[in-house]
Amino acid sequence: MSRLQATFAHLRQRGRAALIPFITAGDPDLATTEELVQALVQGGADVIELGFPFSDPMADGPTIQAASERSLAAGTTLDGVLQTVLRIRRHTNVPIVLMGYYNPVFHFGPERFAREAAAVGVDGLLLVDLPPEEAGEIRGFLQVAGLCLITLLAPTTPPARRRALAAQAEGFLYYVSMTGVTGVQQVDTAAIRDEVMALRRESAVPVAVGFGISSPADAAAVAEFADAVVVGSALVKIVATFGASAQLLPEVRAFADSLAQGIRGGGG
Amino acid sequence: MMYSYPDHQGHFGQFGGRYVAETLMPALLELEAAYREAQADPAFQGAIDYYLQHYVGRPSPLYFAQRLTEHLGGAKIYLKREDLNHTGAHKVNNTVGQILLARRMGKKKVIAETGAGQHGVATATVAALFGLECQVFMGTEDIRRQAINVFRMKLLGATVHGVTSGTATLKDAMNEALRHWVTHVRDTFYVIGTVAGPHPYPEMVRDFQAVIGREARQQILQAEGRLPDLAVACIGGGSNAMGLFYPFIDDPEVRLIGVEAAGLGLDSGKHAASIGAGAVGVLHGNKTFLLQDPYGQIEHAHSISAGLDYPGVGPEHANLHTLGRAEYVSITDAEALDAFQALTQLEGIIPALESAHAIAHVMKIAPTMDKGQVIVICLSGRGDKDIHTVAEAMGVEF
Repeated sequence: MSRLQATFAHLRQRGRAALIPFITAGDPDLATTEELVQALVQGGADVIELGFPFSDPMADGPTIQAASERSLAAGTTLDGVLQTVLRIRRHTNVPIVLMGYYNPVFHFGPERFAREAAAVGVDGLLLVDLPPEEAGEIRGFLQVAGLCLITLLAPTTPPARRRALAAQAEGFLYYVSMTGVTGVQQVDTAAIRDEVMALRRESAVPVAVGFGISSPADAAAVAEFADAVVVGSALVKIVATFGASAQLLPEVRAFADSLAQGIRGGGG
Repeated sequence: MMYSYPDHQGHFGQFGGRYVAETLMPALLELEAAYREAQADPAFQGAIDYYLQHYVGRPSPLYFAQRLTEHLGGAKIYLKREDLNHTGAHKVNNTVGQILLARRMGKKKVIAETGAGQHGVATATVAALFGLECQVFMGTEDIRRQAINVFRMKLLGATVHGVTSGTATLKDAMNEALRHWVTHVRDTFYVIGTVAGPHPYPEMVRDFQAVIGREARQQILQAEGRLPDLAVACIGGGSNAMGLFYPFIDDPEVRLIGVEAAGLGLDSGKHAASIGAGAVGVLHGNKTFLLQDPYGQIEHAHSISAGLDYPGVGPEHANLHTLGRAEYVSITDAEALDAFQALTQLEGIIPALESAHAIAHVMKIAPTMDKGQVIVICLSGRGDKDIHTVAEAMGVEF
């Protein structure tokens, strides 16, 4: 059983949703990323989504755009991110999903990426701009290496397409809660509840919900009907605010803890 | 064998495709279906023809540039006068087509990205004609360089959003337009200005621009009784070039040459020659040649011409280059400025700086050709918008 499968099986037994925080690797630098992942795990993260930076993040709002720019300015490369995962693996077994845009992976080489990512302990890959129609050039390499290619679904995805994509999903499905970019609007849980419930019935893998979830209350509301809750921009804002200061790790740990409390229903 | 690209998934060989967020995929599939229906509907084609004739002023002349020809002493040079179109460039051929399609799909709002402002003006113009709400995304660096076009768009009723992210030029404007589209995809039609972006845009924009090549083919047959030896056009994203080339693709005797912007020189690192000095990658929804660093991060483009200042090129050009069907060369800022002055002084035609790149390449090769040979250049736009840039380069102050 893969780390992702084991984690979701364990959570299902406990009857609670997973907390999946997102941070951009290399923001403010890769050494701090290593510490941030530990702080997130201590705070209660179940899976880590680690963004790798791209010069043209077309699906991201200002917060994650700025994080990408800081990361690139610090000299972050995909190779550096993989080496960071290797170091993180000395401390923790938490599933790690890399998230980003296709061009850095394409340039790295899909086959080489799959091999090296698996070797350092990456569990899955989520590529914002690689829909299933174009994924053929990397899917086979990832399968050989034992890495999941996470599928995204959106509110605009029609039912027939949704069912087809859910049927071939690996690891977990990522449901984008709104039409928009990351970190700009707030999730409308009432509007997406039925869609997510339908998706969970159709999908053989757990369903994570992301975009617009910024507070313990949002996380708690989404956790009522989803298998996992992704929180990105709100966390990246904390990283931006505290940067290199000594408060960074305690602040991040406390925020993760408050989200985890919300999800476990013990926050009130 | 007849040329037939793209395939049903929008691939031109290894290039093209649909590399977009899932939120946009259904919109692209809907757009493709609507475009296929429109293509098969004579009424849609009739509407395009009507507006191209009566509103844009087509057919545009194919003008024999006699003094330029004599000056160079070689092949006969013809100019396809897209500069005489309404709004002053070839861009309007495409915006008429896409906005008629938007109306057919019941979309009331259109958005566009723009570099030099020509596509923004062409979109705002046709949006005004049909009473659609229009928003244009433009880098703040380009807004500074093209202030008059910005005012023109505002007069036409468009809202112009200044884009400050990244390099604040065309690539960033396209990022921001895509971000806006992903947020408002249900009621908004994205009018892409060149033969790039996700499928079906490269094919659709080519088809709308192919009127350039269809007319030129007919006109040169009438004037010379034969096809040209060379067809030459400048390349930013490459829509005027694709429009000129496409109707000649199955005529192997016609050499096709695309002219990229070499900026300060290919060795300077300050240029926009994606085919000449780039590598294959994925940006803005398609796989093509891009200016990028060894890690796949997109690099800054540079050209004196804002319309060529883009770090990518349409995927069909990438394919024509790989197939060897078209040749791609580059021209520096300085060479383009010389050609700008030469055409102005010899023919009384002030070309856009973009088009001046095509003229400059012909000025190099026409003298090496026989007097019986024939060249067709796409004069993609007029140079009024570039007067300030040229004056600055010549050290003239107003």
